[in-house]
Amino acid sequence: MTVKTKATTTRRGAMRALTGGIAAASLPMWARYTHAQSAAPIRIGFQQHRTGIGAAYGRWYGRATEAAVQLINEGGGINGRPVEIVAEDDGTDPKRGAEVVEKFANQHKVDVGFGTLFSHVVIGSAPRAGELKLPYFVVSEGTHVASGMLNRYTLQPGITDVRSQVISMAPFITDTLGKKVTMIFPDYGFGYDHRDALGPAIEAQGGEILERIAIPPTETSFTRYFPRIPRDTEVLYHVMVGPGVLTFVKELGEFFGGQGPELFGFIDSLEAVAIDSPGLEFLEGSHFWEGMCRHAQPDDSEHAAAYRAAVGVDDRGAALSDARDVSTYGHMFGCWETLHVIKAGMEAAGYAGPQDRAALIEAVEAMEDMPESLAHPQGAKRFNGRTHQVFGHQNISRVEGGRLIRVHRTSIEDTLYPDMVDYTAQPF
Amino acid sequence: MRVLALHLGLLAVLGALHFALPAYHHGNLARVMVLASYGIGYNLLFGYAGLLSLGHALFFASGMYGAGMLVQHGGAGAGAAMLAGTVAAAAVAGLLALVALRTRGVAFMIVTLMFAQAGYLTILYFGDWTGGDEGFVMAQAGQMLGGIDLGTPGARYLAALALFSACLMGSLALARAPFGRVLVAIRENEERARMLGYDTQAHKRGAMILSGAISGAAGAAYAILFGYVGASFAEVQYSILPLLWVLLGGAGTVLGPFVGALFMFYLIDLASGVTSAYMLIAGVALVLLTLYAPQGLMGEVRRRLWRGLP
Repeated sequence: MTVKTKATTTRRGAMRALTGGIAAASLPMWARYTHAQSAAPIRIGFQQHRTGIGAAYGRWYGRATEAAVQLINEGGGINGRPVEIVAEDDGTDPKRGAEVVEKFANQHKVDVGFGTLFSHVVIGSAPRAGELKLPYFVVSEGTHVASGMLNRYTLQPGITDVRSQVISMAPFITDTLGKKVTMIFPDYGFGYDHRDALGPAIEAQGGEILERIAIPPTETSFTRYFPRIPRDTEVLYHVMVGPGVLTFVKELGEFFGGQGPELFGFIDSLEAVAIDSPGLEFLEGSHFWEGMCRHAQPDDSEHAAAYRAAVGVDDRGAALSDARDVSTYGHMFGCWETLHVIKAGMEAAGYAGPQDRAALIEAVEAMEDMPESLAHPQGAKRFNGRTHQVFGHQNISRVEGGRLIRVHRTSIEDTLYPDMVDYTAQPF
Repeated sequence: MRVLALHLGLLAVLGALHFALPAYHHGNLARVMVLASYGIGYNLLFGYAGLLSLGHALFFASGMYGAGMLVQHGGAGAGAAMLAGTVAAAAVAGLLALVALRTRGVAFMIVTLMFAQAGYLTILYFGDWTGGDEGFVMAQAGQMLGGIDLGTPGARYLAALALFSACLMGSLALARAPFGRVLVAIRENEERARMLGYDTQAHKRGAMILSGAISGAAGAAYAILFGYVGASFAEVQYSILPLLWVLLGGAGTVLGPFVGALFMFYLIDLASGVTSAYMLIAGVALVLLTLYAPQGLMGEVRRRLWRGLP
């Protein structure tokens, strides 16, 4: 007996055909990855400050990360595999940060961890990353990596650290603004990095620190600290972070009323804040350190311009979709550059999976000069494999007509300091 | 007998889970057990003696820094660090008791909150020693106990289980001992307890020192097992968290702090995978529990199923 099959369209058959059709239609997308041994994505755990004190940074770190991953994937991914970001909020809290690292390693099974900014979260999370043998690429600027406090699995290849930033500012300050400097800084770790690095650097240039004014982190009004600024101060060096920064800057302006010493600040005080906000007019003529210039400069490289377009930021450093949404432009390039270092490291190590994590770290440690390119739009970098810290150019901008205009760019040599650790001597 | 079986049974289950859990949950449970030990310390004062402290982060941080600084500046091992942390927290609790127990009710809450904030600022002030807001990473030596590295997953879990077992069984013994019963009497009606001839002030002082010591032991263990000492653990949120665990799990129940800490940990962990507004979800859960189970999860068990549950 012969069984005749009816040539009817069943639901299952239709689904199969549809799936095949979609696969065929998307062939150009996934065909790029087929030469890899595995087409499974490279999973990068993104420890993001979505909430808590670091939320403004976290939002923009997220956008820079998305843009970098899109570019990397359009170029064929890493070793022919697409990159997938697994983001987890750490609440800008070190306890939650350590838990997130555990989640990355043991639940999400990511290949590497990445993206942490605030120092206390880095220091709270790095021990767990080391114990779990998870390469942990931070974008923090803290000197904690280069100080030797952390471990071989923690690296900072995409953003320079505070110490190198500060010491490279000293020659400009003493040569251009004045030799008698008073410092105002937050009375905790981030401020101490500035306090400890600036004094010797200023003295080496023949200048002096007249007064060091530390402001407790719980302070909400700052006026009572300003009378401590000595009258013969030529330069007021200020750096503040946290929710009180705008109040601080406004009260500083009210105190001096445009008649004070030269002001030199770190853009950290005004990240995610428009420089032409009401009350900040007195900043006209003052100088700021910037990791990457927020406002587009006439001599920006093609890579810097391409980066600006890719992260969706206008010429004034605000989101293209909302001019009031000002970016953390001075720092967020670190995410972009770090992801490209991870890509370069994985490709140099022939990274195939977690068994190659040690090889990945060795490959990054072996990196030295990183020329300016689309992977490094902020500028050329020099990585120190022993200290796991990158060094690069720093920018000084002057506020002119409500715009930040770059007036000086340091060399990489200006930012170097002696090694404090050799992580390569530590076993994996 | 049934009570003992229940608590020993929980410890046996936790022991068995050491061999059964996948790595992520294994690590989580180790952390929850340390945090639950902190909750047990808090519950002793709040759940049994009826003293609502808003400053227990001071004790947790005293234990953490007592242990951490001895390792950092004295090169001590885990055993000495654990002891130092516990003693430091007990001493701080003893000193605070001298002042805070002169007050009651809202004033007690404010005084404990104020001293905890002073403790937090003290940690920042002595930043050269404490590492300030950034804190510091525990040296490897501080995680070694008799040649065993407590930073490894297996040893960490078992050490956390040992701490939790000691706290749980100690808490159970205390709840059933005359001292614990006097604390409950003070909670219910202090005047009457005093009229019956009990030195209520001495009992409250004892409860505060014991509560501080247990919280400090948890803080020291946290530093040793998870390798980080930081000022954020002295912030006000770490005074509120044990209150939430105890309220969720059931104030005045021995198992409540563990149930509350476990529930809260996984609520946040799972909710954060869904939305960045995960604290809103935690808040809604808390409101619902307050509405429908005002005595906490174990409190409801006691009310509905097992009236003799300690």
